[in-house]
Amino acid sequence: MNPNKTATKTSESKNAKKLESARVEMKGVSKSYGEDWDAEEVIKNISVDFPAGELTVIVGPSGCGKSTLVNLLAGFEKPDTGQVTIDGEIVTGPAKDRMVVFQETALIPWQTTLENVTFGPKMRGDKQGASLNKEAEELLIKVGLGEFMHKYPIQLSGGMQRRAELARALINEPTVMIMDEPFRGLDAMSRSLMQEFFLQLFEENQKTNIFVTSEIDEAIFLADNLVILSNKPTTVQTVIKIDLPRPRNYKMLTSAKAFKYRKQAMELLHGEAMKSFAVSK
Amino acid sequence: MSTISNLFSNTTARRGIGALIGFVIIWHIGAMIDDWTGYDLLGIGLVPPPADVFAAFLGVIPKAGYWMSWVSSFSRVVTGFLVAMIIGIPFGLMLAVNRYFRGIFFPPFEILRPIPPLAWVPASLIFWPTNEMSIAFVTFLGAFFTIVINVLGGARSIDISYLRAAQSMGATQFDLFWKIVLPGTLPSIFTGAAVGMGITWEVVLAAEMISGGGTQGGGGLGFFIWNSYMGGSLEQIVVGMISIGIAGYLCSSAIRKIGYYFMPWRRLF
Repeated sequence: MNPNKTATKTSESKNAKKLESARVEMKGVSKSYGEDWDAEEVIKNISVDFPAGELTVIVGPSGCGKSTLVNLLAGFEKPDTGQVTIDGEIVTGPAKDRMVVFQETALIPWQTTLENVTFGPKMRGDKQGASLNKEAEELLIKVGLGEFMHKYPIQLSGGMQRRAELARALINEPTVMIMDEPFRGLDAMSRSLMQEFFLQLFEENQKTNIFVTSEIDEAIFLADNLVILSNKPTTVQTVIKIDLPRPRNYKMLTSAKAFKYRKQAMELLHGEAMKSFAVSK
Repeated sequence: MSTISNLFSNTTARRGIGALIGFVIIWHIGAMIDDWTGYDLLGIGLVPPPADVFAAFLGVIPKAGYWMSWVSSFSRVVTGFLVAMIIGIPFGLMLAVNRYFRGIFFPPFEILRPIPPLAWVPASLIFWPTNEMSIAFVTFLGAFFTIVINVLGGARSIDISYLRAAQSMGATQFDLFWKIVLPGTLPSIFTGAAVGMGITWEVVLAAEMISGGGTQGGGGLGFFIWNSYMGGSLEQIVVGMISIGIAGYLCSSAIRKIGYYFMPWRRLF
């Protein structure tokens, strides 16, 4: 299909590792919306590396095009220039190797929690019947929804819905998880519980994770790498390596190191936020 | 017996029955106020009192003609409505999911839609060979446009994140339609059905009055009312009106029941 595919394909040993997690790269990606005469450039020449098996958090001022970035990574939209690659293969559309957990819940309202979780494998026909149901049930028990399998999404609380979505994503055995502000709209308590739960999952699985948020504390708590975006048109300002030990806990956020990261990120983001504030006035 | 005692123990049912009794009392006062005070109550002064209407009701119940009216109106409504559903649902879905189909069929649809179904009566009386067919056609039109517009609107307003989620999990176009678009449109289909059913009753009544309901006496409830009007029986007019109210209520509760059955996730709110 595309000539680069074979050229950039990695060695056999790396391919074996790909089953677990994959390296995602954005190279010179730009994206505009609207007609030529009236085009608004949302993303401008972004090149960023998401190392395999690491948790990379993208932070940026609100309205800076983070969701566009997610759509490009997931393959829902195509970049105008540049490319997104996964282990060297160019992304041409959505696929099950990249699972997205959306900002608002995207659980299908007319399916029970269990049906939602088994939906993907059933659609593709790669897992079926009793063994699929068993696997889904185990996953749901793991995310603490054992008693809610036969409930509809509307009967679950916000935090439960997010966990159900995590389970629905994980059953597809993605090599990359893309989280688009997944805990937005949760109350403070559920949010911090979800962060801890999510970290625990990540530290067990070590899948490549791309996590988008606008909260600096959440970002530092979760991240291996912190990608700080600028205002629209969005570019990458800095990538900060967050060198805090794993498994993590909330106490680490009060360490001198975390404070230093926080200060650094705040300064960069604050400047950008001021700009967007001035524009919106 | 136990069903009746259940009815009275249920708060909602008790309220409903109370409201009906209250309504009948107000009706009675309105109808009798002229006798009592010598003044008409504007609007309902000439309405026969509930007791007279009830007597007239008892009078028509043993008559086969009255029940024939029910049967013929009902069968017209159901026929027109079912044909409208069978054609309207796929048509609306096609308009929603296929750009080319929408480009071709939406403009003529939008021009025909504002024409009131009753404006079609004279033309369809001429066009269709029998009275029965023209009435059925007009009732069909009454429901069709409403159903299509609701299906189209419902299908187009499905949250894109459901489609994206399904797509990234490997759903094909076929799956997207059957698992996401169709169930996502069901609430609008049932809204359209409920509104469309109301319109078919309006239309069938008017069509029966205009067409005279055919020659075999199977004139329907519309003709029953018209006939009572011609015969000067005020009580019987009201009997006809109430019959239509009951018939419409039966139809909409049937639609609600079917909707509950098909949309278990909607029972929760």
